[in-house]
Amino acid sequence: MKLLPCSAAKTTSPVTQNTVEDEMEMATVRHRPEALELLEAQSKFTKKELQILYRGFKNECPSGVVNEETFKEIYSQFFPQGDSTTYAHFLFNAFDTDHNGSVSFEDFVMGLSILLRGTVQEKLNWAFNLYDINKDGYITKEEMLDIMKAIYDMMGKCTYPVLKEDTPRQHVETFFQKMDKNKDGVVTIDEFIESCQKVSNQ
Amino acid sequence: MAAGVAAWLPFARAAAIGWMPVANCPMPLAPTEKNKRQDELIILNVSGRRFQTWRTTLERYPDTLLGSTEKEFFFNEDTKEYFFDRDPEVFRCILNFYRTGKLHYPRYECISAYDEELAFYGILPEIIGDCCYEEYKDRKRENAERLMDDNDSENNQEGSMPSLSFRQTMWRAFENPHTSTLALVFYYVTGFFIAVSVITNVVETVPCGTVPGNKELPCGERYAVAFFCLDTACVMIFTVEYLLRLFAAPSRYRFIRSVMSIIDVVAIMPYYIGLVMTNNEDVSGAFVTLRVFRVFRIFKFSRHSQGLRILGYTLKSCASELGFLLFSLTMAIIIFATVMFYAEKGSSASKFTSIPASFWYTIVTMTTLGYGDMVPKTIAGKIFGSICSLSGVLVIALPVPVIVSNFSRIYHQNQRADKRRAQKKARLARIRVAKTGSSNAYLHSKRNGLLNEALELTGSTEDEQHTTKGTSLIESQHHHLLHCLEKTTNHEFIDEQLFEQNCMESSMQNYPSSRSPSLSSHHGLTTSCCSRRNKKTTHLPNSSVPATRLRSMQELSTIHIQCSEQPSLTTSRSSLNMKSDDGLRPNCKAAQITTAIISIPTPPALTPEGESRPPPSSPGHSTNISTTTTSNIVKVSAL
Repeated sequence: MKLLPCSAAKTTSPVTQNTVEDEMEMATVRHRPEALELLEAQSKFTKKELQILYRGFKNECPSGVVNEETFKEIYSQFFPQGDSTTYAHFLFNAFDTDHNGSVSFEDFVMGLSILLRGTVQEKLNWAFNLYDINKDGYITKEEMLDIMKAIYDMMGKCTYPVLKEDTPRQHVETFFQKMDKNKDGVVTIDEFIESCQKVSNQ
Repeated sequence: MAAGVAAWLPFARAAAIGWMPVANCPMPLAPTEKNKRQDELIILNVSGRRFQTWRTTLERYPDTLLGSTEKEFFFNEDTKEYFFDRDPEVFRCILNFYRTGKLHYPRYECISAYDEELAFYGILPEIIGDCCYEEYKDRKRENAERLMDDNDSENNQEGSMPSLSFRQTMWRAFENPHTSTLALVFYYVTGFFIAVSVITNVVETVPCGTVPGNKELPCGERYAVAFFCLDTACVMIFTVEYLLRLFAAPSRYRFIRSVMSIIDVVAIMPYYIGLVMTNNEDVSGAFVTLRVFRVFRIFKFSRHSQGLRILGYTLKSCASELGFLLFSLTMAIIIFATVMFYAEKGSSASKFTSIPASFWYTIVTMTTLGYGDMVPKTIAGKIFGSICSLSGVLVIALPVPVIVSNFSRIYHQNQRADKRRAQKKARLARIRVAKTGSSNAYLHSKRNGLLNEALELTGSTEDEQHTTKGTSLIESQHHHLLHCLEKTTNHEFIDEQLFEQNCMESSMQNYPSSRSPSLSSHHGLTTSCCSRRNKKTTHLPNSSVPATRLRSMQELSTIHIQCSEQPSLTTSRSSLNMKSDDGLRPNCKAAQITTAIISIPTPPALTPEGESRPPPSSPGHSTNISTTTTSNIVKVSAL
């Protein structure tokens, strides 16, 4: 018996109570996707492609849905130097079209269908939806700033040149200057699409 | 309906013919089978091991993966079988569930692996049969406790806690003395004074020397003043400690009710009562007995010793066994005392004057003490006496192993917690190394890439393929992703040493840090794939991907071989990215000129070139989202 520093003695009974309840909760969160034919009709993927997609999805996420925590954890592995949680949060909200807190296979497939097989218009629409954090149809400067900060967060602090405090803000200013045609302080979907296409046609 | 019963349904339906003659109303129409399918054999290929079963067997449980249309996602057209890339051992149990209706838990299997498989196949663990359910639950609880311990110790050791109030810091200092040196000092000081107090209590009663008058005095009375001062000092310290703890406790009411605080109060009360009471002869008898309570100070040591606490906790948890021991002993004592009394009643001058008097003999004999102050003289007494001592050994020996095993379990749990905490440090260090390894890999390849880009500027496709040969495809795609992020923000990744050097330089020389790297403008051609809008970057799998994800590599390479016109999507994120990259490369080549025009004239601040491209890149990061994992896998892959 050594002289050990005090640590609060834990009792095990509350732990077991909690786990029983947790288990009940977790057991009910299981999601089965729509039938293959239905998904094929709704998205632009073929059956084979859907199969491949689903296999990957299900292998990584057996319960059939992704919640925000898992999403953030995975995302952070690709950006070891920075903090990608904010950006992952925005991405998650863009994918979770019905805003129920989890991304199911259907959400995933619909998103991918737009991004991979959609028209330019649809893709820009999706991107606009990503930037429009509160989904009110306008991108304000604050929303843009949030997203910009999230991106710069992913860089981390070991960058060259050194990241300054107002770098995101400057970036936003220039962006807004280009996009906001009628200078009303917000960017609508049309302004957004127009300026993107204009730049690409230059 | 249970599996077996379904097979008897045709019989039961046939038996219904008995109702027809006496039925009041006409019988309803029998349901017709809509898809009159012949029952067919399904082949389930699980990681190469083929299982075969009837389709109807699987359809018994339509809310699971195998019983619903969800399995069509795994159907392989070429081989006409369902392929699952999972553990074949566990699949055996799962398939047996469909066959027999009972789900068993194999004991050799890891609990979390089993849970994962169950989650994959959509089976609730609650339906595990009675034969295996207990084992399953026990192991699950153990695992959960272990994880909870890990999380708790993680939370406790977080260095950067939010600023706590003074009261909270004090409480933390009391509970965990190793958090600050002041707390440690306090801890040792109180420990010292507890020891001093206990020793003075003991030494007080030792006779030391005689006083003229031939009376032996205990030291307590000889050096009364010295002992009184020592006692006062100790009680002062204990009182201060108690008041401080009371002040710092987050819930004062709960603190007052806790065992340790009661011990504290009992330890210091006698002193104050003694102060208050006068030196009255009548009351001093009671006063003397109060002094006995001073020995409770020794229990204050349990704050300092974890072993003592474990012992106390064990006794508390073995309360029922101890109670049983006490009860059975009492029963035996009463029986044997009665017997001995009546057996010895006849002998003269026997010490067994009454049954309660015999209790003493019985206890001493049953615990094999045998003082010998009471000894049976009659033959009957001696016989019963020996039976008494033999039975005593048995009765005491029975509940003791239960108590011992309880103690051992709790003690080992504590040991395990400490061991895990020690191992955790080494593990976290390894994880950190791996993380920096991956980012260093990127920086390293960047330096190599600079040389290769000189080749790429000439625009020959052979050279391009040359450059990507060195690193694996996944790695190069991940590096591409990070490169795109750099382009978006117009800042570069560098490693820590360079960063610190730069910081020092900039602080010394007022270095203009807004200079963009000169590479950016020249990279318009090669990084044309980065000509995306600002916020989008492709996501590529981490190069240090765990083995579970590398299974996608095989499919990846096959896709690579197939031409990019009709890329069939594969499971891996990387292959999806591959596809998008394939789609991009022709675009990029065509758009090189445009992006170059955009990128060169706008050096430092922006990357407006990003706005031009509608996001073929965004598929990239949406594919990332496909790589969702359960939290268990993520923990591993954090490496």
